[in-house]
Amino acid sequence: MGEEEIINKMVVLNSTYTLPSDIVIKIYESKADVTVKETCFGLIIRGTISEVNMAVKEIRNMDPMRIFVKERGVPPGDSYRCRAGRGGGVKPGFHMHEIENKLLPYITGALEEIEKGIPHEMPVKSHGITIERLKEIINEEAAQAK
Amino acid sequence: MVKVFIYPSNSLILSDLVDRFGHEPLAVMHEIGKKIKTAGLDSPPINITPEDPKKGLKYAAVEVPSGVRGRMSLLGPLLEEAQAAIIVTGPDISFGCMGCARTNELITFLVRAKKIPKLDLEYPRTEEAAKDFVHQIHEFLAGLDNIKISTSDKTGGGE
Repeated sequence: MGEEEIINKMVVLNSTYTLPSDIVIKIYESKADVTVKETCFGLIIRGTISEVNMAVKEIRNMDPMRIFVKERGVPPGDSYRCRAGRGGGVKPGFHMHEIENKLLPYITGALEEIEKGIPHEMPVKSHGITIERLKEIINEEAAQAK
Repeated sequence: MVKVFIYPSNSLILSDLVDRFGHEPLAVMHEIGKKIKTAGLDSPPINITPEDPKKGLKYAAVEVPSGVRGRMSLLGPLLEEAQAAIIVTGPDISFGCMGCARTNELITFLVRAKKIPKLDLEYPRTEEAAKDFVHQIHEFLAGLDNIKISTSDKTGGGE
């Protein structure tokens, strides 16, 4: 793999159209020099930066709004992190993944809006009262009290 | 392409959105990866070693808890590289035993002190909030292409 830095990327699927196995086949077709592990949430890809990025770019095109990717520190099946070798329990990173997974359908919806160019109205933030207005209120209250 | 610091730094959503919109996310996973790949005495390789709180002294004073300094040893180098930042306040994962309130505060302070383009967001909990969240990130990242990014920084020093 040369001297290029080796990285791992985690592909998380939030799709009813694409399966992890479909993505794995796509990666095999691309002939990218990477190691792939299919998981319950998607897959983990390991290889040199250029190869992994190329594979990620290809698989993103399969279902762009429903495939989410982030870097991962540990390699797939790392014996120290894998639950098989840790005597059970959730693996590190599971809690963050669990929380964010609930939001992914909403993120997909927003990305589709952006893709279609649907204008989005941002909520207007309510600002607190100004110092001048606060002084006025104090003066009014003081005048009434007299 | 702008290097964008994200916080919470292990967020899949933030990391994906920054990457998707054409910038480079600066996430803690890369720093963890370096520890895993670098040969050392620690077996198994662990995220935070006794050396890390010492490295964290660059960012926080010695009386600051070692947990904060240990976290800063991972997040500090990313902050130094950052040319822009997206900070999400109030995510569940930053609260309780998994998170660290003081690190959250220190990170927010250091990003503010660095004077780089910064987007502060509330953690979305509803569909509408999530849509606002994505649209705001999209607008912010699109705006980064047009501004001149300065890489000179004064991060560190733990005032």
